[in-house]
Amino acid sequence: MAAGWFWLNAEPLDDEIPQTLRRALVFNERIARAALFSNGHLVKTFPVSAIGKLKVNGEFGMDDPVDEAAWNLEVAPLAGAGLKLTLADVRALPRCEQTIEFKCIEGWSTVTQFAGARLSEFTAKFARGSEKAAYVGMRTPDEQYYVGLDMPSALHPQTLLAYEMNGQPLTDRHGAPLRLVIPVKYGIKNIKRIARIEYTNERPADYWAEEGYDYYAGL
Amino acid sequence: MKVLEEKHKLATRWFHWINVPLLALMIYSGAMIYWAYEPYRIGVGGVTLVHFFPDRFFTLTGTDQSLALGMAFHFFFAWLFAINGLAYVVYTLVSGEWRALAPDGNSFREALQVAKHDAGFKVPLPPQGRYNAAQRITYSAIVIMGGLSLVTGLAIYKPAQLHWLTAALGGYQWARWEHFWLTMGYVGFFVIHIAQVIRAGWANFRAMVCGYDLASVEDNVTTEVTHAD
Repeated sequence: MAAGWFWLNAEPLDDEIPQTLRRALVFNERIARAALFSNGHLVKTFPVSAIGKLKVNGEFGMDDPVDEAAWNLEVAPLAGAGLKLTLADVRALPRCEQTIEFKCIEGWSTVTQFAGARLSEFTAKFARGSEKAAYVGMRTPDEQYYVGLDMPSALHPQTLLAYEMNGQPLTDRHGAPLRLVIPVKYGIKNIKRIARIEYTNERPADYWAEEGYDYYAGL
Repeated sequence: MKVLEEKHKLATRWFHWINVPLLALMIYSGAMIYWAYEPYRIGVGGVTLVHFFPDRFFTLTGTDQSLALGMAFHFFFAWLFAINGLAYVVYTLVSGEWRALAPDGNSFREALQVAKHDAGFKVPLPPQGRYNAAQRITYSAIVIMGGLSLVTGLAIYKPAQLHWLTAALGGYQWARWEHFWLTMGYVGFFVIHIAQVIRAGWANFRAMVCGYDLASVEDNVTTEVTHAD
């Protein structure tokens, strides 16, 4: 067993972790997607009185100031021409408000309220047909932070493109003007300040997966 | 004279000795994960008596700055830990071995006697089978704790998909707290277990490795031969 430990540690790395461990994470993802994940499994929601103070924990991709007036959202569907949207386009979709426990992969969690448009409804309106893609990739304007999401998680009814937090417009450090809130995954997938959404069958690059974390990161 | 007497079944010994490094790896990778958010402490009011853990604990054990690797190890070895543990439970139930392990009606009273005796008081040991009453209780409890570690671990691992389980344990942060203290329970068990094994001596330890212990038996033939000389 000790030999096994040293053998694992001596293995070639696959995105920063021994390849056997990476394969185990992929295996676990397969089990979770086949046997556990369901659109009907909703994360617990909380009363407004339970809201805590969500700390700013990741600022990758947010070094430069953002000009919200000039900001727009680039959408690249699975097939066909892309389009550029404004925040008003996203706000025009049905507003969904939810108070959920935001869970950091570090282990802490904070009850937080977010409001925005369901990514499923956004997709149906602005990238019709792209639901057939295997993945959604998102990135910040400077391309310094990027996440990849499996489509079932992206289309989960509690996955939002959020523009409000705790009843206020998103602050800059919490991802203004538009961020992802995907409570079926750890915080690392909840990308802030989204500039581009791409529907694709190729597994998109993911910032923290490249640093050794589980690509799926599903809860 | 002394004869060899089977004490521990081959299967039991395998389950035990496979579990040792697996549990060690689960605790070690668990510490790597816990490092990233280490809020637990024992204190009175606002005064902290013990913080789990001071920074130097993590640096000295090499469990700092390794959250990603820790999670990868934890979610790989969890399979082996769970499979070995479940196989042990099934084996113990099916083979009937549980009869030597499970506490019975007298165990809780007798366990006090054992504890007093082991603590140095002049109290006679109650009659025992393979395990004394204190062992029956402790070894049964540790198996149940293993199951609870699995359950609380799943509740932390998939709090969205297994929301009913997480809720039953008091919520996400409570499940994490329970998972942590079960682990501290293993560490406490380990310390006492090792001390007791050392006290019990080499023959007892050897029995857990090779399965046999030397037992004294009355043998009239031997006695007569000795007297005839």
